[in-house]
Amino acid sequence: MSEAFDLAILGSGPGGYVAAIRASQLGMKVAIVERERLGGICLNWGCIPTKALLRTSEIYHYMQHADAYGLSVANVSFDLSKIVERSRKVAGQLNAGVKGLMKKNNITVVEGLGALTEATQITVTTGDTTRVLEATNVIIATGARARDLPGTPADGQRIWTYRHAMVPPAMPTKLLVIGSGAIGIEFASFYSDMGAKVTVVEMLDLILPVEDAEISAHMAKTLTKQGMILVTGAKVADVMPGPDGVAATITTADGQAKTETYSHVIVAIGIVSNLENIGLETLGVVVERGRVKVDPWGMTNVAGLWAIGDVTGAPWLAHKASHEGIVAVEKIAGLEPHPFKIWNIPGCTYSRPQVASVGMTEAAAREAGHDLKVGRFPFIGNGKAIALGEADGFVKTVFDAATGQLLGAHMIGAEVTELIQGYVIARQLETTEAELMETVFAHPTLSEMMHESVLGAYGRAVHF
Amino acid sequence: MPIDITMPALSPTMETGTLAKWLVKVGDPVKSGDILCEIETDKATMEVESIDEGTVAELLVTDGAADIKVGAIIARLSGEGEAAASSLETAAPAPLPTQPAAESPSPQRGEGAEKNAAAAPSPTRGEGDSRGDAARRAKGVGNPADTAAAAPPTGASLPPGARVNASPLARRLAAAANLDLAGVTGSGPHGRIVKADVAAAAASPRPPPAEAAAEPEASTAHAAPAPRDVPPPRPVHDAAHDDARPAPAAVALSAPAGVPMEAVKLSNIRRTIARRLTESKATVPHFYLTVDIRLDALLQLRSDLNKSLEATGIKVSVNDLLIKALGLALTRVPDANVQFAGAELYKFARADISVAVAIPGGLITPVITDAANKRLSVIASEMKDLAARAKDGKLKPEEYQGGTASISNLGIFGIKQFDAVINPPQGLILAVGAGEPRPYVVDNAIVVATVMSATGSFDHRAIDGAVGAQFMSAFKRLVENPLGMLA
Repeated sequence: MSEAFDLAILGSGPGGYVAAIRASQLGMKVAIVERERLGGICLNWGCIPTKALLRTSEIYHYMQHADAYGLSVANVSFDLSKIVERSRKVAGQLNAGVKGLMKKNNITVVEGLGALTEATQITVTTGDTTRVLEATNVIIATGARARDLPGTPADGQRIWTYRHAMVPPAMPTKLLVIGSGAIGIEFASFYSDMGAKVTVVEMLDLILPVEDAEISAHMAKTLTKQGMILVTGAKVADVMPGPDGVAATITTADGQAKTETYSHVIVAIGIVSNLENIGLETLGVVVERGRVKVDPWGMTNVAGLWAIGDVTGAPWLAHKASHEGIVAVEKIAGLEPHPFKIWNIPGCTYSRPQVASVGMTEAAAREAGHDLKVGRFPFIGNGKAIALGEADGFVKTVFDAATGQLLGAHMIGAEVTELIQGYVIARQLETTEAELMETVFAHPTLSEMMHESVLGAYGRAVHF
Repeated sequence: MPIDITMPALSPTMETGTLAKWLVKVGDPVKSGDILCEIETDKATMEVESIDEGTVAELLVTDGAADIKVGAIIARLSGEGEAAASSLETAAPAPLPTQPAAESPSPQRGEGAEKNAAAAPSPTRGEGDSRGDAARRAKGVGNPADTAAAAPPTGASLPPGARVNASPLARRLAAAANLDLAGVTGSGPHGRIVKADVAAAAASPRPPPAEAAAEPEASTAHAAPAPRDVPPPRPVHDAAHDDARPAPAAVALSAPAGVPMEAVKLSNIRRTIARRLTESKATVPHFYLTVDIRLDALLQLRSDLNKSLEATGIKVSVNDLLIKALGLALTRVPDANVQFAGAELYKFARADISVAVAIPGGLITPVITDAANKRLSVIASEMKDLAARAKDGKLKPEEYQGGTASISNLGIFGIKQFDAVINPPQGLILAVGAGEPRPYVVDNAIVVATVMSATGSFDHRAIDGAVGAQFMSAFKRLVENPLGMLA
């Protein structure tokens, strides 16, 4: 006995569940299959619970520096289990929220392990029972998981992935973070602010290697000042868990090797798409370098079969998956969505300080042959930043000199993850420097720095 | 806050529609669920319900106004407590797009209008212009900046040379390239001209009448269904493409002098028929195969079936049986269940039959999906329902779009045999004549039998003579031995 749907989605992360809702809005009968928890990694084990943890470390940091604001706080301490409990509660609340959304949109949620038995058929196994879903179209949205260190899989005891790091059994005292992407830096920042001695090792020459080089350099300076040890252009080898900790050897580019023992290790060296055991091989779905090959609307080489989110490649971001999901669903519905492009997807790192960016780095823009106008405006020149006691950081804008197109924007400092969207909208609407200059920014706000940075690119910054 | 009522998209591919009739007038109170107007797409007329409450403040298009873009504002409601009447009178005068008068089968519209007008000089340029104004105006009043300046909305038309909907970057690039944005088609939201459009326009030579004409073709190819089990064949009556191009006979030839006449504006349906069938005859290499088919066994079966179905009230017609036979013949000769698609050939794994139904002012082809596997009683009741609603113009687009082959039956008019024009992009159409007593040779003796002639028209690009012949012979066998259809 099979059940018939217009659309079946394998995976209920921010790609899958958003696609399901959009499809329901367009009148489709939708089923969504999830093997763990609705909402996927993002809101159960990723974006959201880490933000809860980082809020804790941020407040903890402020409490330790309360005197700077004229406050006295004595005996500042924390209870790790309560911190984790709050983070789990936040995740739970959002998980329940997605459940509610599925119900509201009449989406059939099928819990269990789903696999494609045909291009348009998913067989879902839950224990001994199976359910067969037939659908006119199927979307693969199975996401990704952390990449393991070769030869030393994370054990959850002392060697952690993001998933273990989110529910620590004990507070690390001396932590090694391997990999300095957003995930590595966020955990490094959390544990460092909570009191751990943190070392971050990055294979490339800069931390946060996808960011603009100036941002990366500023981040490195700030984190070092906070007490972190950053080792770039280096490799980690011989990770050996023992009873008292994990021994690891860090080899720098000049060949110097140094072995130390850490209480815990977090492995954040990238992710691997979840493509196994879902029937892709038998259907002949083209997978290239671990990514499902899709057209700009998300269709695979197999008719009726689509893929969105992490399984289709970088950037591995929830909002990219959601957007791809909407494009695919609208294409299935016969609407004419614009083909999916990654030119305007913002990226955010929620460490202390925060980093946010969209578009091309200065180096990438130069490499692409643009003549540039580059603006920079520091937090120290902004009244609100000084009032907040957050005078570190800057806003950088990169314009094409010939056309005034905003090629990229890069920010580091307090609350920049909430600021970046202004530039993302500007870019989507294809504004030039002229409209940005003519726009009135409220005073006093951090967003004034966005204005000043644009003015600065044309030599007109007022407050610096 | 006045509430804007916009032209709704009644099907996924609809881009424009004709406002057939307003069912409310200025000053009428409207609540959610009230029917505001009837919208005519190329093949169907649909009622539009209000989702808002308020009082009708302005009707921005008149009855019969054609080619209104999806998303264009067609009316305004004033909300609770707002003076509706104050702005009413000003809304009515001149700038309202009037229904193109009788002499104007003006084919152009929207984005393609200017280019097409250049390509196919129309004697009714004036009408086209007035509608162009209307379109600009509809756009203009939708612009927050414009309405903010003129509150309450007066409905006065914008000056000529009104705001072009383009991004700042696009404007700057156009200025640098010395490109007039008026001639650029916007691909952004609501037709906004964005950087990519300017880049494309700058890269192509102007003025491009030939390219303008080619554009819809390109998008047709682009929108062709990806191969799948049964690719939804290119919507046969795809409003998006229909309306984006002129009717092919756009150049009006003068009528013979002195003959009393009346010029009737082409309905959307007529325009679509004119365009599509001209395209079919002009571009699809047709060939025709005719067979004579003895009907006695089929008529006997029909009579037996209807006796046994008496209690259900369902009556199976000869045409219903022929639809089933056509579906089965296509599955038995799958090489005939195909569609030519440029670089590819779509081979369908299911036979969906488009059935030509005459309706006032034209014809329409509702689709019986999977005719081969559908029970006759189901085909009969579906056809009855589809034909009835077709005559009322109430078919939904998905009910008449698609189909992998067509059937047209003029037997009821006593036509012995005819050749039908292929319904593109399909590969074949079957033309069925009247079943009549004819001398028929059985076992070398002439007997009188009920015989009909059926002629298949085939797209030679997709189907060769031998395959067509196999298909016709399979069809003949099924009709002459109709018990095979019940198996």
